[in-house]
Amino acid sequence: MTSSNKLSVLVLIEQDATGFSLINLKVMGAVVHLCKFTDLDVDLLVAGKDCAAVAETAARIPGIRKVLVADDESCEHQLPETLAPWLAKLASDYAYVCVGATTFGKNLLPRIAALMDVQPITDVVAIDSANEFKRPVYAGSALARVRTEQPIKLLSIRASAFAEVGLGAGSAPIMSIDPPPAQQLSRFIGEQQVQSERPELRSARVVVSGGRGLQSSENFMLLYQLADKLGAAVGASRAAVDAGFAANDMQVGQTGKVVAPQLYIAIGLSGAVQHLAGMRDSRVVVAINKDPEAPIFQVADYGLVADLFDAVPELIELL
Amino acid sequence: MKILVAIKRVVDPSVRIRPLADGSGMDITNAKMSINPFCEIALEEAVRLKEQGLATEIVVACIGSRAVHEQLRSALALGADRALHINTESLLEPLAIAKVLHALVQQEQPQIVLLGKQSIDGDHNQTGQMLAALCGYPQGTFASRIECSGDEIQVTREVDGGLQTLALKLPAVVTTDLRLNQPRYPTMPNIMWARQKPLVVTEVADLGLDLQPRLQILSVDAPKSRQQGIKVNSVAELVDKLRLEAKVL
Repeated sequence: MTSSNKLSVLVLIEQDATGFSLINLKVMGAVVHLCKFTDLDVDLLVAGKDCAAVAETAARIPGIRKVLVADDESCEHQLPETLAPWLAKLASDYAYVCVGATTFGKNLLPRIAALMDVQPITDVVAIDSANEFKRPVYAGSALARVRTEQPIKLLSIRASAFAEVGLGAGSAPIMSIDPPPAQQLSRFIGEQQVQSERPELRSARVVVSGGRGLQSSENFMLLYQLADKLGAAVGASRAAVDAGFAANDMQVGQTGKVVAPQLYIAIGLSGAVQHLAGMRDSRVVVAINKDPEAPIFQVADYGLVADLFDAVPELIELL
Repeated sequence: MKILVAIKRVVDPSVRIRPLADGSGMDITNAKMSINPFCEIALEEAVRLKEQGLATEIVVACIGSRAVHEQLRSALALGADRALHINTESLLEPLAIAKVLHALVQQEQPQIVLLGKQSIDGDHNQTGQMLAALCGYPQGTFASRIECSGDEIQVTREVDGGLQTLALKLPAVVTTDLRLNQPRYPTMPNIMWARQKPLVVTEVADLGLDLQPRLQILSVDAPKSRQQGIKVNSVAELVDKLRLEAKVL
C-alpha cells in the first residue's frame, strides 16, 4: 500500500448506532500525537455494509492520506472472524494499526495481532515516543511504560486519554477495496441497542453516575432528571448494574467504560478501586453520599455528606 | 462435550497493592492470591453446563510456577474434573499464553474453550481473542449469556451500545463478562475430594513454542494521585463552588 519509504498508520474506523462513532476522533487525537515522533501517512479503513456516509465523514478528518472502504454484505456487523484474516494481510504494509479501546477494538485487534504474530499494546493512555507507550495495569493502580521493537505495532487507544480532532471541511480521497469473503464460523443473530437522547458516556462533558445507594431502577430516574438538566450522560457502578438498576453499557470502571469528563458527579456510590479506575482522570469530581467514610470522598474535589434522596432533588431545583 | 477452562492466578481483588518505589513492578509480597474473578466465572459456567448434562468433562489449565497448584486445586474443588499445569517461572505475554493454550487445545480437542475476558492484573483483554485466531475458531467475547443448541452456541455479548447475540459454530472460544453468572463457593467435601483428582504438570519448554517477550516493561509507576478536595455543607454551597470556583456549570 505504501509507495515510498515513509511509514504509515492504518486506523480502523468504528461505527455505532449513529454511523461514524465519535471515538474515532479521539483515536485520531492519539495518532496526531504519534505523528510528532515519527512522520506517518495516515490511512483510515471503513468496513461495513452501506457505510458510504461513514466513509464520507471519515474523509473529513484533517491530514489523512486516504480512506479505504470495503462496503459489502460480508462486512456487516464487523465480525472478527471475517475481518481479522483480511486485516492481518492489509496491515502488513503498515508500521502501526490503531483502533479505539472499545468493545469493537478489544474484540478485533488481538485477533488480527495473533494472526500476524504480533503482541499488541492495548489501552494506550500515553505515547512517549515512536515505540514507547503507557498503559494502566491493576485497575489503574499503576501505569506501565512499555517499549516494543516489533516492526508492526498494534495499538488500542483509550479514548478518555486523548483530545479529539475536529472534522474539517475538505475531503481526503475515498478508495474502494476488495472486501473479505464471507465465513461460516459465526453469524449475527440480533442486538439490543440502548436508545438514548443523552450524550455518549465517553464523550460527554458531564457524567452523572449512580451506585447501589440508588436502591432501584425507578430511583435511577432521579439521575436522568439531573442529567437532562446538565446535558450529561448517565453512568453506573458495577454494583448498580449487577443489581439490575442500570444497563450494562452504563458501567464505568476497570471492566466497563473509562470516562474523563469535565465534571463527574458520583451519587450514592462508594467508590471501589475498580470504579475509580474508570473515572479518576475526570477534571472535577463531585461525590454525594450519606456515608462520610465512603472512599469516593478521597478522590472528590467537592464532597457532600447527605442523603441523595434529599440532595439530588434540591440540586435539580437549583440548577 | 469437553470444555477447557483456562484460569490465571492473580492478586486477590480485595487486596490493594502499590507499585514498588523503584518502579520495577508491583509490590505483591505476601499478597493473598486467587483465581482471577473473570476466570472463576468461566469455570462456573462450565460447571453449570455439565450440571445441565450438556458438558461431559471439564479440564482446567493454568500457566505459571508451582504456586498455581493452589488455584488448580480450588478449580477442581469447584467442579473441574482434571487439571493441567504448564510450568514456567517466566511471566508470559498474552500472545505467548495464547500459543500455549493453542497447544493444549490441539491436545485436548475441547468443543468449548472458556476464559475470563481479562485478568485483573495485566488488564490486557487479549488472550481469548488470540487463542481463537490461532485455533481458527469463532469467538464470543464479553459473554453475559451462553446457550447451546446442537453444533453451535449462541452467545450474548456485552458491547458498548448494549447487547449483541451471535451464533458460533463449535468448537468455539468464549470469554466471560461479569453478568454471566455468580460463582459458587467450594464445599468442604469437594475440597477434600479435589485432592484425589488428576493434576498433570507439563514443562513449558517441552511444547517447543516461540514464547519470547515482544514487549519490554521499562517501569511501573503510580499514576498521578488526585488531591483530596473539600467537603461542602449544603447543595447550595456545592452549586456555588461548581459555578464560581470550578467553573464547570
